[in-house]
Amino acid sequence: MGTKRQGRYTVMFEKPPIIRSYAAIVGEKESEGPLGAYFDTVCEDPMMGQDSWEAAEGQLQYTAVLKALDKAFLRPEDIDYLFAGDLLGQTIATSFGVMELQIPHFGLYGACSTMGESLSLASMAIDGGFASRVVAVTSSHFASAEKQFRYPLGYGNQRSLASTWTVTGSGALVLENAEECSEQAAKKCVRVHGITTGKIMDYGIKDSQNMGACMAPAAALVIASHLKDMNRKPEDYDRIITGDLGTVGQKILFELMREEGYDIEGSHMDCGIEIFDHETQDTHAGGSGCGCSAVTLCSYVMHQMEIGEWKRVLFVPTGALLSKISFNEGLSIPGIAHGVVLEKDG
Amino acid sequence: MNKKEYQDYVEQVTPKVNGWLSFLKAFVSGGIICVIGQCLYNWFKSQGMMHTLANNYTTLILILISVLLTGFNLVGPITKFAGAGYLVPITGFANSVASCAIEFKREGQVFGIGSQIFNIAGPVILYGIVTSWFFGLIYWILMSIGMV
Repeated sequence: MGTKRQGRYTVMFEKPPIIRSYAAIVGEKESEGPLGAYFDTVCEDPMMGQDSWEAAEGQLQYTAVLKALDKAFLRPEDIDYLFAGDLLGQTIATSFGVMELQIPHFGLYGACSTMGESLSLASMAIDGGFASRVVAVTSSHFASAEKQFRYPLGYGNQRSLASTWTVTGSGALVLENAEECSEQAAKKCVRVHGITTGKIMDYGIKDSQNMGACMAPAAALVIASHLKDMNRKPEDYDRIITGDLGTVGQKILFELMREEGYDIEGSHMDCGIEIFDHETQDTHAGGSGCGCSAVTLCSYVMHQMEIGEWKRVLFVPTGALLSKISFNEGLSIPGIAHGVVLEKDG
Repeated sequence: MNKKEYQDYVEQVTPKVNGWLSFLKAFVSGGIICVIGQCLYNWFKSQGMMHTLANNYTTLILILISVLLTGFNLVGPITKFAGAGYLVPITGFANSVASCAIEFKREGQVFGIGSQIFNIAGPVILYGIVTSWFFGLIYWILMSIGMV
């Protein structure tokens, strides 16, 4: 094994790829949330000018990738690989959304952790020398997720207090081999320094309205393993950012981390808790979906890093691995998380 | 924590709705819907309709209102408060059918609307019929032995 591996779960890159550009596109409700000012584009039409929710989500991804490319003055032809995924069955939003870009494509599914998964693989592709410029993108759409996993939109079911609200949005990042750009430019950029890949964790929770509880053990495993592998403390990070645990999952995460001997309360942030104001937006435990961590990363998190407020963060999107079939068959809901270390030099 | 301890802990930290308050809200809002139904029935009767016909018209009007509310996306805000108070009367049934029809329209008349329209109402219809058959059987047995 090469020297890049650190412990059981972590890989630190020899040539950490830089994040050349990024874009976040969201729906109206997200734009009205606390992070509203940080997003690139707000789509007031939830159908995105399409004729189905699925196509609308695909359009979100397409627009996000184009926006990210645009910000870096790049064209689709300049990209070696596209790492993309979403929540829908057979990831149709991705397939139909990014098809037109004609970029060599890896379709991914990591439930709501897909942003971490795509970033991990994208970074490995660059550090391994297999690509010099790649794009990682994910999305979710409230309506397409409700249709697939829950009830028709017009149906009057009551949501449980622990449930989360699927974010309508897509986040895309352009990653580049640092040698591709000038030293000056590279210095200003945020880099992906390493990744900690989680494994599937199942504590037997069956309540699909309480996904925070399904995913918290997976997040705890990744964070604790990362700290052990790297021999670091939570204080070594300006933020440890989980994807969509929500208020219930966050509470559980703190408890699980305490058991592991770590207190992360001071440095923890959850994208699902940040993106909505649950008091005024009626979202209950927080936001969720692939888009939740993706748009938060591609807006607020990247902004905080670029202005130098945060120098090093551990970004850990979390996913609940269920389908309507597995749920109806009475199976539990396992979780997964993918850790990515982002650092700003200087 | 092992699995069992974890599940107990999750149970402990997961917020729960106040059951009694939900019952009260459902009772009041369900009651209001019934009062509306009764008013309609009385009005139809006053227009000279027979009992059965007035009954049918009352049901139809309630269904129509619920379907329209579904189309205008207003049922969610109502059931947020009313819960089962709205869903148990015929208004809930109408909402479940109309919402499925709207949601799956894009998938076509046959595999979309046709196969999915009773997605939520289907189990209610099936088990409603099974239950009525079962109680009919009990009724028949009691009748045969002369108890009723």
